[in-house]
Amino acid sequence: MQKEVLVHVEHLTRYYGQTCAVNDVSFELAKGEVLGFLGPNGAGKSSTMQVITGNLAPSAGSVTISGIDLLDNPKRAKHEIGYLPEQPPVYRELTVDEYLQYCAKLNRIARGHIGKAIDTARERCGLGDVRRRLIGNLSKGYQQRVGIAQAILHTPAVVVLDEPTVGLDPIQIREIRALIRELGEEHGIILSTHILPEVQATCTRVQIINAGQLVFADSIAGLEQRLNTTSLIAGFHAAPDTGTLQQVPGVTQVDTLPDGRMRLNYADTDPSEALIAQAVTNGWRLYELAPERRTLDQIFIELTCSDEPGSNTEAAA
Amino acid sequence: MIFTIAGRELRSLFLSPLAWSILAVVQFIIAYLFLAQIDGYLMLQPQLATIEGAPGVTDIIVAPLLADAGIVLLLITPLITMRLLSEERRNRTLSLLFSAPVSMTEIILGKYLGVLAFFGVLIALLALMPLSLLAGTALDLGKFAAGLAGLGLLVAAFAAIGLFMSSLTEQPTVAAISTFGLLLLLWIIDWTGVNADQTSGLFAWLSLLRHYEALLKGLVNSTDVLYYLLISVLFLGLSIRRLDADRLQH
Repeated sequence: MQKEVLVHVEHLTRYYGQTCAVNDVSFELAKGEVLGFLGPNGAGKSSTMQVITGNLAPSAGSVTISGIDLLDNPKRAKHEIGYLPEQPPVYRELTVDEYLQYCAKLNRIARGHIGKAIDTARERCGLGDVRRRLIGNLSKGYQQRVGIAQAILHTPAVVVLDEPTVGLDPIQIREIRALIRELGEEHGIILSTHILPEVQATCTRVQIINAGQLVFADSIAGLEQRLNTTSLIAGFHAAPDTGTLQQVPGVTQVDTLPDGRMRLNYADTDPSEALIAQAVTNGWRLYELAPERRTLDQIFIELTCSDEPGSNTEAAA
Repeated sequence: MIFTIAGRELRSLFLSPLAWSILAVVQFIIAYLFLAQIDGYLMLQPQLATIEGAPGVTDIIVAPLLADAGIVLLLITPLITMRLLSEERRNRTLSLLFSAPVSMTEIILGKYLGVLAFFGVLIALLALMPLSLLAGTALDLGKFAAGLAGLGLLVAAFAAIGLFMSSLTEQPTVAAISTFGLLLLLWIIDWTGVNADQTSGLFAWLSLLRHYEALLKGLVNSTDVLYYLLISVLFLGLSIRRLDADRLQH
């Protein structure tokens, strides 16, 4: 399947003085993708996004937006970008309508199309009720929505959202996530966050960045696979010894956990059914059996904490 | 595009009470000076009537009034220009402009034009006062126009300097203070030469005041006009470079 590549980032590097914020980052974004950018504070997420949107010049490397080089032809390339920075760039003294009007002109939307573009963006972001209110008087959530409306106003090919759900209440977060998924169908979206479930809820691909370097890049399906580990947790009231458990077909290793439960590692075949059958015949009094699942948090912490080299990374590999 | 940015700038100015209060205060002060000049003229009038080729209304009322207006504008320009870029930087709205398909030059020129439009309104309001004299007497309109043009050029240079100072900092007050300092310095820079009685050509040429004086006398020298244009272009160029440097290093 040939995908339309919208963003092409190659060997991007950015220094702040001596500090290297982004170190040789390369990736691509195709149409219809929602790319989640994860990383701890100061990892270089925002810097990368600022470079992609032309707010920062890279120290080295290139950025191509819809086939247009951002450095050689910034005006045309920026036409294809909508950007919501960490703080929504809104003018507090303007009303929502005035502000969107200004953004529309700034993005060179043809005069005849401005009204329609604003109506669409306003409707998508649920700003209909507040259109005549001053942005400064709106809540943080609504200001954030105004910021998103501004980013999608000129229907850019790429929408870059830097922590779009920060400071929103749970209902608003759900709405914004739904909006992002909806937008992802027509645009390419890059989203940064450090809220991990958000990535699982909205993104089609994940990239984890740490200390300026990409340490993980995979699709959500690939990530799900990484989350499934090959072990079971079993609790018995009359536990057999580990040797007996090791005889169960498929089980390769048995550990006893501190609370008395057992962890059963297996290679290829899932030993759950055989284990249950044996437990019943032998009266082990099985009360709990659960496949062990790692959370995204664990993967994240493994990848980003360099002082704790991943002890069980090979289990997932 | 430039006009879009200029339009928003002007709109934001008039949405804040600052612009209105500045207009009101300046108008009040200039009106007071205007009345004082008229009063002085009325006292002098009997003596002036006896002199052949005596200075007219324009010389005695309008020129000093415009000279005073120059000083008043020097004091208030930093207040108007201080927030141009520093506030955008502070509120993080600058990234809206940076990620829009707009060049740095367009951003700077847009901001500059917006502020010039404000000063245009201010100067137009000031001009109404001398023009009201037309109801009772004749004015030397040529001289008056030269003086107004001089005031316009002077303010254009002030605004360019203010814009540059605003591009340097995140704090509007810092921008205001440094603008005020630089303007005052450029105003009084020729005083050294005058006091020591050994006029330094360079310092005299640099003085914002010197060039304005000639225009107030009705002498439109291209060097004076060029001086103001040079100052404006220089500081606009510096602002564009400064804004561009924002992307290069933080």
